[in-house]
Amino acid sequence: MSGEAPLLPARAEPLTLVDPASDVPRRSASSGTRARFWSLGSTGLKIVGLAIFAFLLFGPLANLALWSVAERWYTPFKLPVSYGMRYWEVVFRPTGDAMASLATSISIACLTVLVALTVSVPAGYALARLRLPWRTALMILFLLPQAFPSVAIYINVARVFYSLGLTGTITGVVLVHAAHGLVYSVWIAAAAFAAIDRDLELAARNIGASPLRTFFTVTLPLAAPGIMASAIFVFLESLDEFTGTFFVGVPQVTTLPLLLYNASMGGNYQIASITALILLVPSVLFMIVIERFLKADVLSKVGQ
Amino acid sequence: MDSSVLTAIDVDHLQVSYGSQQVLHGVSLSVAPGEFIAILGSSGCGKTTLLRTIAGFQKASGGAIRLFGRDVVRTPPEKRGMAMMFQSYALWPHMTVLGNVGYGLRLRGVPKTEIRGRVATILTMLNLSGLEDRKVTNLSGGQRQRVALGRALAIEPEILLLDEPLSNLDAKVRIQLRSEIKALQNRLKFTAIHVTHDREEAMTMADRIVVMDAGQIAQIGAPKEVYDSPNSPFVASFMGAENTVSLDIRPSGSGVEVRVGEGSAVSYNGEVPIGPVTAYFRDDVASLVDPDARIDGSIVLPGNITQRTYPGGHYRYVVAIGDRHFTVTDDRYHELDRPVGLRLPLASLHLFSNTQTTGGNHA
Repeated sequence: MSGEAPLLPARAEPLTLVDPASDVPRRSASSGTRARFWSLGSTGLKIVGLAIFAFLLFGPLANLALWSVAERWYTPFKLPVSYGMRYWEVVFRPTGDAMASLATSISIACLTVLVALTVSVPAGYALARLRLPWRTALMILFLLPQAFPSVAIYINVARVFYSLGLTGTITGVVLVHAAHGLVYSVWIAAAAFAAIDRDLELAARNIGASPLRTFFTVTLPLAAPGIMASAIFVFLESLDEFTGTFFVGVPQVTTLPLLLYNASMGGNYQIASITALILLVPSVLFMIVIERFLKADVLSKVGQ
Repeated sequence: MDSSVLTAIDVDHLQVSYGSQQVLHGVSLSVAPGEFIAILGSSGCGKTTLLRTIAGFQKASGGAIRLFGRDVVRTPPEKRGMAMMFQSYALWPHMTVLGNVGYGLRLRGVPKTEIRGRVATILTMLNLSGLEDRKVTNLSGGQRQRVALGRALAIEPEILLLDEPLSNLDAKVRIQLRSEIKALQNRLKFTAIHVTHDREEAMTMADRIVVMDAGQIAQIGAPKEVYDSPNSPFVASFMGAENTVSLDIRPSGSGVEVRVGEGSAVSYNGEVPIGPVTAYFRDDVASLVDPDARIDGSIVLPGNITQRTYPGGHYRYVVAIGDRHFTVTDDRYHELDRPVGLRLPLASLHLFSNTQTTGGNHA
């Protein structure tokens, strides 16, 4: 404090020099407190806003976490009656339904990624590089599965698949998931290829690389981060997908979301909560990865 | 060109169009093996299109390109056996310096250990030794362009194409790389076509300069020839002779009489076009004299000094003649608003007859 004291008159001096009116220092002091009040107020608002946001985001999650460790919890009580890890043990029992459907979910997601990439890498390259006459129409075509109410689509898909013998098979579910995921993978892949400077490819052609060699040594490695991100999106979409799986896969194919549905419909909130928490893990992990992979130059080309 | 010498690059009435817009209108050019050609022109004149068509990146709509006698118009770029340096460097960011420079060798099936050895030799040549395992994204602009040069030279091309490779570099590095490329070309004897909009770069590097204008070749010649005897007003002003003066030339006796406006006539006996002509000249051919001086073989334009600056070494004056302003350098100090004469030696003016657009005559 003693160090600051000599500073105050020095700061006030230029003010009085500019405007010698006597009320100047007092006015500036009152406006100072008002500014402090407003800044305090806005900080307070920010804190309240963040708290609401955090509650909306983490409230349901906290509820899930609580349910997953609640062994007994019934109506009059605000909190579980007894806690325990019994249901975790049930879920993670090697012979349990949960582990089997987790395996099904993951293998379906992996196959879906494979199918989606097989289509989206060549399609993305073509959309980005070739002068296609129906470019916009093609881009919209991949968007169509998202444009209509999914239940209406999947009922018809299920009917067609039934006549082809695809209902209740992994293949059928993978196809449904892939059609759903293609919009992400094609659009992101097209953006990833479009973000690559043509001269980089021409430089390889120029010193003797064939078009195919150029694609695999220059274009594809440079587009890899974007394609990787699209693969992650497709993987997560497939892991979360419910409607299509429900119409095409039931009863033979049980994925984690279907198990969750059955569990919560049966009133088994513990199993449902634990399944939901398991489903949350890959999403959170991959979102962190995607954030690193998807660069601004790729994002800026999405949908162009 | 001597027809007995096999030409390295023979461009024959080449036409290129982007859609309905024609960019090259029948360009013909032949380049001898080991020659360094600079294509000079302002942006949009078609110089880069010409280079990219030679490289095979752009389809020709007519004409032929022969490399050592072989027509390559329909050959894909990878089978043309040339290398190019790009303005954007076009280095592959996912590879190291070794990966970039050794790429062409890897394509040719050279064993890994030999690639390392040959890349090391090239990097030493380019003052980049020891940087093999560095990511190209961690290099400076000058280093990147050297790596690009190394990548092009690693495949030992007979033809090197340079697409404004120095224009993204700062002045000092640019001048240094200029002489490095020229020295390497002298040593390795490759044929080079260098596209640039920088006149000095073209002059200092090339054996011959090709000046392009609106998809056509305006003039081809040695740097001194193009600089001293431009064949058209366009080439004259592109080579820096941007000041113009209208003259009237009439035959008189064995020589001619040159008149500026209403001024007195100066007799001259060089070879010049007759009639109304426009003289193009560079700032450095003009000098300051007395306003009423009469000097043989020179015209003197009376005017006023309106501005004086001292950029170092000499003074720079702006002289107003009528409503026109000319820049002159002079060693002596002159007061402002002083009447002076602007002396233009007729031998240094590029004279072009006003009645015909081409076929100008150099005085």
